[in-house]
Amino acid sequence: MSAVIDHTAHAGHDHHHGPAKGLMRWVLTTNHKDIGSMYLWFSFIMFLVGGSMAMVIRAELFQPGMQIVEPEFFNQMTTMHGLIMVFGAVMPAFVGLANWMIPLMIGAPDMALPRMNNFSFWLLPAAFGILLSTLFTEAGGPNFGWTFYAPLSTTYAPESVTFFIFGVHLMGVSSIMGAINVVATILNLRAPGMTLMKMPLFVWTWLITAFLLIAVMPVLAGCVTMMLMDIHFGTSFFSAAGGGDPVLFQHVFWFFGHPEVYIMILPAFGAVSAIIPAFARKPLFGYTSMVYATASIAFLSFIVWAHHMFTVGIPLTGELFFMYATMLIAVPTGVKVFNWVSTMWRGSMTFEAPMLFAVAFVILFTIGGFSGLMLAIAPADFQYHDTYFVVAHFHYVLVPGAIFGIFASAYFWLPKWTGHMYDEVLAKTHFWMSFIGMNLAFFPMHFVGLAGMPRRIPDYNLQFADFNMISSIGAFTFGASQLLFLFIVIKCIRGGKPAPAKPWDGAEGLEWSVPSPAPYHTFSTPPEVK
Amino acid sequence: MRESTLTIGQLTLRLCGVVVAMFAFGFALVPIYDVMCQAFGINGKTSASAYQGAAEVDASREVKVQFVATNAADMVWGFEPVAAQLTVSPGSVQEMRFIAHNPTDKPMTAQAIPSVSPSKAAAYFHKTECFCFTQQVLQPGERIEMPVRFIVDRDLPADVHRLTLGYTLFDITARKPPVPVAGR
Amino acid sequence: MFRRSVLTGLLLLCASLSAQAEWAVNMRPGVTEVSQNVFDLHMIIFWICVVIGVVVFGVMFFSMLVHRRSTGQQPAHFHESTTVEILWTLVPLIILVLMAIPATKTLIDIYDASEADLDIQITGYQWKWQYKYLGEDVEFFSNLSTPAAQIANKDEKGEHYLLEVDEPLVIPAGKKVRFLITSADVIHAWWVPDLAVKKDAIPGFINESWTKVDKPGIYRGQCAELCGKDHGFMPVVVEVKSQEDYAAWLDEKKQAAIALRELTSKEWSMEELMARGEKAYQGNCAACHQPTGEGMPPLFPALKGSPIATGAIEGHLDIVFNGKPGTSMAAYGKQLSEVDIAAIITYERNAWGNAVGDMLTPQDVVKFKQAQE
Repeated sequence: MSAVIDHTAHAGHDHHHGPAKGLMRWVLTTNHKDIGSMYLWFSFIMFLVGGSMAMVIRAELFQPGMQIVEPEFFNQMTTMHGLIMVFGAVMPAFVGLANWMIPLMIGAPDMALPRMNNFSFWLLPAAFGILLSTLFTEAGGPNFGWTFYAPLSTTYAPESVTFFIFGVHLMGVSSIMGAINVVATILNLRAPGMTLMKMPLFVWTWLITAFLLIAVMPVLAGCVTMMLMDIHFGTSFFSAAGGGDPVLFQHVFWFFGHPEVYIMILPAFGAVSAIIPAFARKPLFGYTSMVYATASIAFLSFIVWAHHMFTVGIPLTGELFFMYATMLIAVPTGVKVFNWVSTMWRGSMTFEAPMLFAVAFVILFTIGGFSGLMLAIAPADFQYHDTYFVVAHFHYVLVPGAIFGIFASAYFWLPKWTGHMYDEVLAKTHFWMSFIGMNLAFFPMHFVGLAGMPRRIPDYNLQFADFNMISSIGAFTFGASQLLFLFIVIKCIRGGKPAPAKPWDGAEGLEWSVPSPAPYHTFSTPPEVK
Repeated sequence: MRESTLTIGQLTLRLCGVVVAMFAFGFALVPIYDVMCQAFGINGKTSASAYQGAAEVDASREVKVQFVATNAADMVWGFEPVAAQLTVSPGSVQEMRFIAHNPTDKPMTAQAIPSVSPSKAAAYFHKTECFCFTQQVLQPGERIEMPVRFIVDRDLPADVHRLTLGYTLFDITARKPPVPVAGR
Repeated sequence: MFRRSVLTGLLLLCASLSAQAEWAVNMRPGVTEVSQNVFDLHMIIFWICVVIGVVVFGVMFFSMLVHRRSTGQQPAHFHESTTVEILWTLVPLIILVLMAIPATKTLIDIYDASEADLDIQITGYQWKWQYKYLGEDVEFFSNLSTPAAQIANKDEKGEHYLLEVDEPLVIPAGKKVRFLITSADVIHAWWVPDLAVKKDAIPGFINESWTKVDKPGIYRGQCAELCGKDHGFMPVVVEVKSQEDYAAWLDEKKQAAIALRELTSKEWSMEELMARGEKAYQGNCAACHQPTGEGMPPLFPALKGSPIATGAIEGHLDIVFNGKPGTSMAAYGKQLSEVDIAAIITYERNAWGNAVGDMLTPQDVVKFKQAQE
């Protein structure tokens, strides 16, 4: 982003004004590129914060016995790790990518609602400031898991739960505003000739993601509002004592929670669908079926939520319905994977860092999909549920899914953002360290989960010791390699081989028609799309 | 999807409308869930009001009804059914009494929450009268017998031979302070 | 150099650990028909996934090895093929249907509601389980029995570290046992992998599950739903006994209740009460108030030097017996015997430098109980 600052020198030649100077540029900016950069930096900081918490967790689990933290604090770490990674790292990173890339991809001069864009970003530091501050309260921060099941999160919660609720409200408002902005931009600001079915897949997946966000974030807001009312205003939505039902909480939460899972993965699908064709030098195999598959996944995400609750005592017909619906998700997901593989087939592939991350994404996400399919089988889920098998599953879809998707995107578009090529050798090192660390950390979790280790426990029986130690070593490797990523990005911003407008010879799309780094204002006159 | 002919302002307004509607939908899930629960007996929930219908007795069939009383963790009352089990014919009106006893030196309010297992039987378990429809206030040392009257529906699935009616007793004194009784 | 020695050290450590524990990598087939069915189902789905994985990844790796620019490949330009796309939608769909058939069958078996031989109510508490044999007048709590010193790494950890309890649930072999699962506070989940039984314990609601174990033995599990601080420290242990042994155990359990009544009426000395109190304190109180009596303020206050533990004995008894509403302090009057309550209170007043010097006998607790009634 400092490359963009360098560009102010040229502002005089341009009839547009360049960015304002100093700190106020960032506080008051309505420029989609500035806001995109801020989102990306914010999410990276949160990624490191949430990652440090994961390091605490893995350090405690390195060996059996309690060594480093108390169980109470351990629970706060697992809770905050989940909340920060989901709401602070993954979601803002995708919003950042959307801010930077969607206007460039559809030939728009900026986002449709630039002032709201600024506001929705600045809500985030406030939200996470509040959330993180709870760790310093006397009774500690949220300790009830990122899924905050009542009554542990209501009647039995630490006082800081009110701050937590307020924080969730703020980040919810931020996401909703971000989503409205994306929808308005995509539907109203496309360049002439850019029909919906000509949009890049990243734009398509984000459009669908934005609709998911608009549909479910308010439900989450309603859910935490009900909690707030139960805690402070004497209602009994989730308290059995007053005629409420703790299971209702889980239904409301997962009605939000399952679409949320896809919110975190669909934009990555879009990015990978741009990257694989670029490096295979071959068009995406089935554009139309990719769009329909994404839409089907989004639709199915609304009718599968109770597969997170197979053990709460749902009647047989309910279990069967949710089992079948969940298994169905495998079909559109399979269509996507087959599409990526056929795109690679008989291409002319090279394996630069974006492609490495994209290929790892396809392989590892598919493995996560397999364990997802196993988890969908209700009778088997009675054994898997709430064990490390589930932890392995969702880390396999989220780390190589969402996070690798974000890394792939970052390397793919860094030349466009900074005007420099990143250091390929370091980037490949980052990839291999992440890849090995990630597999070492999460693959053994399948084993301990199947062998019977429940999740969210600070200490365990000796039979789980070996694999936990391996997991911890893998997690430390993965964690350390992210500092390398930070170094690579800073190095790339500060200099490096100048990037041409289109640094990847196989890449397609309007974003490559503007110079690198992208000028502060682009597409003031809409391009013509044929 | 058709091309948008709305201006950005109109579109934003409509999307905000969707947001408000979905927020309301979150709350609407509460009654929807209750209706679903009672219709399908999810969670072993039974109706929170008295059953009005009457039914013919099916003397050819016997169903065991088991009674279980549980105290929430901070509830100190004595609470138990007078008998552990009844054998009933579907359709007949039955009665069971539960004994509650407040051993403390303070008046307290309690609420009993019923649950029927297996959950698929819940929709066939009708209470015509139940102490769980109201709250119980017991004075210090007071002991009462609380009745529940019920009918097991004739349409109870044939594979259910035994059902369990469990009550959990919660202390809600803090929420609903007992009104002092005049003259005590 | 440093890294290498660390690595060698880690490898050695791993090797030494493997010596004590086998590398369990798969689900346990368990000891019931249901658990065996679930295991088979798990393996079927697993192998289907493996086969699909081999095919998809095989194609992918072949492509990555062969179709690269460095080997001089020219990119093809094909895309969109309706036939292929219909095919790769239908084939997975058929595989899914094939998977759904055994899954549905197993699920229907699990939901079988036929008559059971024995009903046991299981109630989850923070952080222990209560077992109530319905119609038998036998009920007890089951607490973690792993010594705190093992958890704190001061003692060698045993084979069943964190998977051992003071009193396991005992059930007869070859009989269908029905579990009625509920909770007194937050949501817990009762899970024994070998029985393939996992059901959430939800406050205010009763959940049902069942098992029928033919092979006597001891089967271990854990609470599976995050339930607060000591979620990792509330194991489930089920001991399956032959029907004769079970009958004997049940009888003994009833005798023990009588014996406890005798203990209640016996004359206790200070030393006896302190000895019993220490044991009972470790099992019931130390999780929150800590073995040192220093607690974990502000959530769990210290007992060492506390006004309650060093003040009037009636107040001390009242809080142990009736709990403190609105806090984690439960009412132990219903959970513990008169003997244990008396012993714990005596211990708390005279341990860790608390030196009140007085003692409470089980008879005092009985009197207190009667006064409340």
